[in-house]
Amino acid sequence: MSTLLAFIKKRLNRPNTAQMAKERLQIIVAHERLNRGDRKDGGNLQELQQKLIDMVAEFLGVDKAQVNVELQRDKNRSVLELNVTMPDRV
Amino acid sequence: MAKIVVVTSGKGGVGKTTTSAAFGTGLAQRGQKTVIIDFDVGLRNLDLIMGCERRVVYDFVNVINGEARLSQALIKDKQLDNLFILPASQTRDKDALTPEGVKKILDELQNEFDYIICDSPAGIERGAHLAMYYADSALIVTNPEVSSVRDSDRILGLLSSKTKRAEEGLPPPKEHLVITRYSPRRVENGEMISVETVQEILGIPLLGVIPESLAVLRASNSGVPVIMDNQSDAGLAYSDLVDRFLGQTVPHRFLDVVKKGSFLRRLFGGGKTTTREITLT
Repeated sequence: MSTLLAFIKKRLNRPNTAQMAKERLQIIVAHERLNRGDRKDGGNLQELQQKLIDMVAEFLGVDKAQVNVELQRDKNRSVLELNVTMPDRV
Repeated sequence: MAKIVVVTSGKGGVGKTTTSAAFGTGLAQRGQKTVIIDFDVGLRNLDLIMGCERRVVYDFVNVINGEARLSQALIKDKQLDNLFILPASQTRDKDALTPEGVKKILDELQNEFDYIICDSPAGIERGAHLAMYYADSALIVTNPEVSSVRDSDRILGLLSSKTKRAEEGLPPPKEHLVITRYSPRRVENGEMISVETVQEILGIPLLGVIPESLAVLRASNSGVPVIMDNQSDAGLAYSDLVDRFLGQTVPHRFLDVVKKGSFLRRLFGGGKTTTREITLT
């Protein structure tokens, strides 16, 4: 009897893996589309990153290696993060 | 001029050849003169699925190399007079397939046929690229499973950038989503992603949903395309798909768990089939 109860309990507690699959796919597919830039609905992320880096480096007079652009995505939002390491003296 | 349709997916084992065979046969059943070309050089299998493996004499690469005429390589279907198969070569030389060679053969076929179905190999290498390159439309075969959906999206990217139409600045080949091995019961239990989810992620119009079915293995065992089995759910789903492709409005069947009726009703098929409309995106 206890094994039957355990079985039912286990069955009821089983996570909704389809939902997990959906969320993971939404994130990875959106990310890959943006990186490819070959679909009408996504820009080209690499191009955007490069242009931002060039512009910021030139404007602030720092080396391009000191500028870092990253896109982070989760379920509800996307964050375009721009990190610049400023030279000591300014 | 024949319309060229590529059946593609990226991922292997999702049902490209099963779909090519069923789709091509369905078009021929509806009076369209059709040829199905196997682009999987080195690993041909369309001949087995169509049940003509023992009649292969010359293949795609023989014709490209001028070792045989196209008419010698084409195999007429054993049941339908207006259906032909062009088998792939078993050569290990992957470079045997050339863009010029493929173009030459397609040009020749275009005057003879209404539809040319290109059964793509898995992957994104030469064979897959050439199978889609000249296409007017594409069937994207996808299983409701993460790796297959991701690969299908990758293929959509290639269709819109690496095809002749895309290169010429035309709209890319018309995309049609075909979901195979679908299990409404597992979707209901939350352990398989739904048709709606796949459609939402890929963002292309749905052409058909083929349920996971015992009939598919039976069909491949016997070398008869599953669409010929009009007693089976998968066969009927493929028939609906072909009708939809040819412009008819046919509701989707087999999307919901069939509530079991009485034993006798199930036995004699008295129950109603559930149908459902899916909003196209």
